[in-house]
Amino acid sequence: MVKLILSEEETMLAESARGFLDADAPVSKLRKMRDSGATHDPELWAEMAAMGWCGVLVPEDNGGVDMGHAAAGIIAHELGKTLAVSPFLSTAVMAATALRQVDSAASSERLSAIAEGRLTYALALDETSKFAPENSQLACEKSGNGFRLNGQKSFVVDGGFADRVLVLARSGEGPKDLTLFDLPSNRAGITRNDQTMIDSRNAARVEFDNVEATGDDIIGAAGDAMTVLRPALQAGQAALSAEMTGLAAGAADMTVGYLKDRQQFGRPIGSFQALQHRAAHLWCEMEVTGSAILNAGRMLDSDPGNAALAVSLAKARAIKTAKLAVIEGVQMHGGIGMTDAFDMGFFMKRARVASEWLGDYGYHAEQVAAARGF
Amino acid sequence: MTWATQDPESFRQSLRTWLDTHCPQAMRDGLNTEATICWGGKNWQFTSEDQKLWMQNAAGVGLTTPRWPTAYGGAGFSREQEKIYLEELARINARMPLLSFGIWMLGPALLAFGSEAQKQKYLPQIIRGERRWCQGYSEPGAGSDLANVQTKAEDMGDHYLINGQKIWTSYADKADWIFALVRTDRDAPKHKGISFILIDIQAEGVSTRPIQLISGASAFCETFFDNVKVPKENVVGEINKGWDIAKYLLTHEREMISGNNQGLTSGRPLGAILAQTAGEERLSDASLRAAAMECEIDALSVGLTLERYKDQAEAGAGVGDASAMLKYMGTELNKRRYELMMSAGGSEALDTDGAHGDLAMDWLRSKANSIEGGTSEVMLGIISRRILGLPG
Repeated sequence: MVKLILSEEETMLAESARGFLDADAPVSKLRKMRDSGATHDPELWAEMAAMGWCGVLVPEDNGGVDMGHAAAGIIAHELGKTLAVSPFLSTAVMAATALRQVDSAASSERLSAIAEGRLTYALALDETSKFAPENSQLACEKSGNGFRLNGQKSFVVDGGFADRVLVLARSGEGPKDLTLFDLPSNRAGITRNDQTMIDSRNAARVEFDNVEATGDDIIGAAGDAMTVLRPALQAGQAALSAEMTGLAAGAADMTVGYLKDRQQFGRPIGSFQALQHRAAHLWCEMEVTGSAILNAGRMLDSDPGNAALAVSLAKARAIKTAKLAVIEGVQMHGGIGMTDAFDMGFFMKRARVASEWLGDYGYHAEQVAAARGF
Repeated sequence: MTWATQDPESFRQSLRTWLDTHCPQAMRDGLNTEATICWGGKNWQFTSEDQKLWMQNAAGVGLTTPRWPTAYGGAGFSREQEKIYLEELARINARMPLLSFGIWMLGPALLAFGSEAQKQKYLPQIIRGERRWCQGYSEPGAGSDLANVQTKAEDMGDHYLINGQKIWTSYADKADWIFALVRTDRDAPKHKGISFILIDIQAEGVSTRPIQLISGASAFCETFFDNVKVPKENVVGEINKGWDIAKYLLTHEREMISGNNQGLTSGRPLGAILAQTAGEERLSDASLRAAAMECEIDALSVGLTLERYKDQAEAGAGVGDASAMLKYMGTELNKRRYELMMSAGGSEALDTDGAHGDLAMDWLRSKANSIEGGTSEVMLGIISRRILGLPG
């Protein structure tokens, strides 16, 4: 049986992450970035690399620390608490997981570069407003000895600055005829346009106009994208869920603190039962979701082939809980919660973006239903 | 049987072999409803020979109380072994061989607080289903404010004299004995003058009156004590320290109510239950299906939380006040499940003589889940004060 408690090393990892992020990536840092228009912080990313976080899922042979998905979740959770901005999920979690599915000199070298913080990735998956990778239509046609890619992707998270991009393309008529390419983002024919996202983070629309690729650009096998992509997506979904519970905890901490401090009618508003019960209910939902998150990390580490249910359970619960935490956060703060000068809005915006990224509630509920034989 | 020392796979195999021959076919219908539960006790009327056989077979090897020590007749399983046992029961769709308040509540209290003599006297009878216990906690003036119990026990030198009234004593009319909270010191602060005492329901001066409920059943009773003599050795733990046991048991009860509700956490997927209730076509009802999916997601996650807390407890960190969360989330969830099953059953589920007659009774019964053992609102109050530290 997997143990749903943190090991000593994991507790230490959480504590050191918290200490570092409180000092170097508090919410005020996101505010500064938002005000300046920046969506990536290379300095913070370099610090994260120095702490080994970029290599959390990179094999030791490639210079990583290879601590596993539960550990990646712990880092993501702490990143969520103060809304720290980084390409951790797209690069250190998803790209690293994809690259380690294949055994090639190129992927080894890229894994090393990721671990050192020298290389960033984005995943170009979505084409419509909903996550549905298997419906990708971006065309990949044979051309000479290689391929030619034509189409567009949107909501390519970190796509505006990433060095490389994993592109999901349709290589045939069959529903599973999908191929995953690993391309430098400056390849001729690729145009990236930043989207102005509500969470002040980076996402881009990416156009592929007769982009030429070779067999060497394919990661995994042609016509078999999912063997490589599925583990990467599951890793990303689990870590994103962990980030969202961190976000919920960050918002809830602010809210409970406010309930204790704010005086109305001559007493702290947290003495009113109506608010106590709302806060307590939120705590219950967070506590339950925390179990699903840790379980997803543990399943990915111990039995990745059977982790689909655990991962979708985690994402579905994380979406529901983060939404509750930010809605209650604004409501219980009252008017100040609605102001831009106050941080709660940042939590609300990030929760909404994270809910859509890598599959919304309905998407993951369907995965659970399928796994449970509905 | 030497299950306890086997590796998990051989353990599972020996359990399977044992269940093959010892669990009667008729007990493999997956039903653990009000109407099919085997409660045991001196006056228990088995609903069939198979029910009797199944209880006795299981009790004979301690499987009615898988985790209790073998010294008293339990199976002495580890938690992992218990989990495998429950999985194997679910695999063949077996009913629980015996359920009782003795198993859920008194046993754990005696194991934690009882004297050796009390353990030897009472535990084996619970395991074998020979004595049925009920719980005497609530009183007309002590519901959510449980520590306000007024039923008094006067020290008469060689015995206690009990006078007062309990209410919501589940199955008191069918029970053999009752474990009760009584006031032994009227001058002490209300939490400090309570004792935990064991009383023979057949004793002179004890009377019970069933309360008819909305389900038509009369699971709950009023129980009256009129100059009832109780030997002093029947106090569990120290005199005036009964509230500690009560709190321990309430924690236990909260976990039990939240976790043991017909496969809430392990057991069969809600989708399968709904399909059986409704026939497949009803699950194509998009709103029912969506609600069922959400309920399943929440149920699986609450189940994982139970597992997580058990892991925590094994690692030496108690669950403590968080049991209030399990109770609150588990019972509210169970009510949702029954609403969904009733909806899936449609008008067939409204006819108590019909194919899903038991379902309506259980649906109505489920409404008490978020009241008994502390209401949802009391649970939220505990969480807000003791976990979140909000001002009282």
